[in-house]
Amino acid sequence: MQQTVLPLKLLAYFLTLAPLFFCFNSSIFANTESEAARIASIIKPTSDFSKAEAFERRPAGAATVFKFLNENSFSHSSANMSFERELDFKVGNGFFRRFWVSAPASTKSADGLGPLFNARSCQSCHLKDGRGHAPSGNWPKDDAVSMFLRLSIPPINEEQRDLIAKHRLNVIPDPTYGEQLQDLAIQGHHAEGKMWIEYQEIEHFFEDGSIVSLRKPTYSILNWKYGKPHPQLLISPRVAPPMIGLGLLEAVSQKDILANADPEDTNNDGISGKANLVWDTQKQKVALGRFGWKAGEPNIRQQSSKAFNADIGISAPLVKTPWGDCTPTQQKCRNAPNGNTASQNNLEISPEAMDKLVFYAQNLAVPARRDISESKVLAGKKLFYDTNCVSCHRPKFVTKRFPEQPEQSFQLIWPYTDLLLHDMGEGLADNRPEGLASGSEWRTAPLWGIGLTETVNGHTQFLHDGRARNLLEAILWHGGEAELSKQNFLKFNPKERSELLAFLRSL
Amino acid sequence: MLSQTKHNLQKNLFKLILTGVTGCCLFLSVTLGTVIAAEKKAILKTYADIAEATYEDALITAKVLRSAIQTLVSNPTDLNLQAAKSAWLAARVPYQQTEAYRFGNAIVDAWEGKVNAWPLDEGLIDYVDSGYYGTDSDENELYAANVIANKNLTINGKTVNVAKITKKLLAETLHEAGGVEANVATGYHAIEFLLWGQDLNGSGPGAGNRPVTDFSISNCSNGNCDRRIDYLTAVTDLLIDDLEEMVANWQANGTARKGLENGSSKAGLTSILTGLGSLSYGELAGERIQLGLMLHDPEEEHDCFSDNTHNSHYYDLIGMINVYTGRYVRIDGRVVSGPGISNLVKSIDPGLNKEMMDKFFATLFAMTQMKKTAEAGKAYDQMLAEGDQSGNKLIQDVVDGLKDQTRTIEKLVAVLKLNSIPFEGSDSLDSPENIFQ
Repeated sequence: MQQTVLPLKLLAYFLTLAPLFFCFNSSIFANTESEAARIASIIKPTSDFSKAEAFERRPAGAATVFKFLNENSFSHSSANMSFERELDFKVGNGFFRRFWVSAPASTKSADGLGPLFNARSCQSCHLKDGRGHAPSGNWPKDDAVSMFLRLSIPPINEEQRDLIAKHRLNVIPDPTYGEQLQDLAIQGHHAEGKMWIEYQEIEHFFEDGSIVSLRKPTYSILNWKYGKPHPQLLISPRVAPPMIGLGLLEAVSQKDILANADPEDTNNDGISGKANLVWDTQKQKVALGRFGWKAGEPNIRQQSSKAFNADIGISAPLVKTPWGDCTPTQQKCRNAPNGNTASQNNLEISPEAMDKLVFYAQNLAVPARRDISESKVLAGKKLFYDTNCVSCHRPKFVTKRFPEQPEQSFQLIWPYTDLLLHDMGEGLADNRPEGLASGSEWRTAPLWGIGLTETVNGHTQFLHDGRARNLLEAILWHGGEAELSKQNFLKFNPKERSELLAFLRSL
Repeated sequence: MLSQTKHNLQKNLFKLILTGVTGCCLFLSVTLGTVIAAEKKAILKTYADIAEATYEDALITAKVLRSAIQTLVSNPTDLNLQAAKSAWLAARVPYQQTEAYRFGNAIVDAWEGKVNAWPLDEGLIDYVDSGYYGTDSDENELYAANVIANKNLTINGKTVNVAKITKKLLAETLHEAGGVEANVATGYHAIEFLLWGQDLNGSGPGAGNRPVTDFSISNCSNGNCDRRIDYLTAVTDLLIDDLEEMVANWQANGTARKGLENGSSKAGLTSILTGLGSLSYGELAGERIQLGLMLHDPEEEHDCFSDNTHNSHYYDLIGMINVYTGRYVRIDGRVVSGPGISNLVKSIDPGLNKEMMDKFFATLFAMTQMKKTAEAGKAYDQMLAEGDQSGNKLIQDVVDGLKDQTRTIEKLVAVLKLNSIPFEGSDSLDSPENIFQ
């Protein structure tokens, strides 16, 4: 079935999304034709649940780490890395954990914080390189560092509509507050405001009568310090996602991702799958979005540069404003002293340091799976496949050949994502479009490592804003294209539920 | 016919000789194989013996440190503070030599963060200079929490009672509180901070300079001396507990030693070389040295409060040489020795063994230059100051030596055919790199 619908899907896709044609180049097709059949057969979802598949223990192929499981389990480098490259990884880790200070400071290499910011280091949000969480209470009870609010407005004039249509911008920033609410500031400046969350409990029923209560959040912002925002302000909450396996997701060929896209649902399975198209600042052209909760960034370098800039207020090679996300309205912020340093290409983080940081982010390894041969896990795996979770949470890919990145090159990986956007229904919608992602569309989140969230981060909060307090709740939040799968899940008996969860915990 | 017989005879004789030679060769190769297998076992035994002895020395010197600290807190004099600092410096000597074991042994790597975590936000533990350190507590709400001065703390939005400072509180509640790695509450560097205090001299001369009255109940400076004493006592006791655990892991029937004995010799040799390679290149050359040099930042100094970084780096290298050569000189002068991995390399490729030793000695020379300079009064944090070309070079030479020695360690991995690292006894079938390449 897959074979026959594929060309149709591709055709429909290319007609809709012509701009991506220009992104193709020879490197994308680096895997030779003779290998294509072998790859196709190995990445085909299994139909044998009597035993674990070959290589299933290694979600990241040869890069998978087999170390003791503890809070450091997401912080190891790719297992197939040479000693020599470990140096770059470790130096990159140094930049990742580094606390930035306000300019001017005696340490020229680490000044330039803010003036407005969400965190002072990468690690402050990406706790233990893992998953952030919703605050346990509203400010000032909890400083909510590993979660923030994205801001934007709908395009309101021709120029703005054009910028969005041509993929030059994913969103139109709020004229005063920019693209993000910075809830902290250096001395002498005001934080923009504080996030305020109210939760409402809503009960869900399983067919067997079991009840699960979900907490539905409502977001607002208090203490606006720079005047009123635009009346049509859009808000989207974001928790820091885990950092593992990013380099491997970057190494999946565009062709392989687009092969699963079906934006018009031509195969009528109720699941579309749409690629986001975003601007690649370095290449100055449209590219496939892969990273972020709505696939708003094309690669790790751009994602990290923007995070440095908007979250910490640092000028970086791809986003060079030393005032970060401050708008022309926030003149005092723009005029504040910066930490740009001549010896660092007149930036606050040098290109050299940025290279190391990107290398670090590309090489945080995925831990080996546990218990893959246990009957409960295998039964849960079968349920995961039978309820069609795999049509978005795609189990397997084979990465491109990548001579300059041997750790990511030609690996069989098991990320459980298709890297595409799907409508997840009203319940999860943030109603804030980003690029081609609508207000209810989200990129399928990778599931690798999800079973170690509690080990690494001491909590089990999931989804883009940490609203789900465990895996069961996370499943129940699925709607839209996943509605049918969820309805099937609601028919599970307790044994089946625990089997499915056992499978997820083994990831 | 005669010639035929003769020919046959010759043939048979030839066969006989051939069989004899083959048999002989076979016998020799079997013997050689057995010898090598036995030698590998012996190498792993030496490796475990040296680990046991070095961790034991770390424990012995930590106990000496504890008794010096007991003397200090019961009688806080400058002399007793100095004695406690000296005991801390002495305790670092064997501990740093154990670091060669960290990366090759998951059991050590998983434990290490409790005893040697670095860098730390010292404001979590005790008072700090607000002008130098900054007071805003943003992303790390415990950044300047000061456990010694407060009986309640907020961690992840929850109020935590810290009225009683105990080992359990430090290890389970405060260490990495809120998931922030810089919240280091335990280990050598926490003790170092409590003995020396902050080094407020930047890249200028001088280490931390805590007044001894910080430990005086009757004449207390900077407040909460009773809690400071409690903290110092608890954190030192905890270090001893942790070291005892690791010594036990390497004793007969200990988990680490048994793991090596029960695993394949290939896995064991891989552990040894992974430990040497990862410590040389990524950890020491990279995170602990190159980063600080790139940034010219005195905060990026491993033993930053005590200005002991030169020794910290130096003894890491000594630990690597101990492991490679199979010879460790204990703190009391006794020697633990046996076949090292160098013996195996020597029997296979003597030239490569010499190259490895030459590289170690070249790094040792660079380390010694750095150490001598520090001992002569120019501390490591002064050497890495921006614009100090000769100081920077002393450090860069160490980095270059470490990088260069790692290239030879990689050659050892190849010569010993350890390239495909075995995972949990899986065979080649379960090895995707053999399929997807």
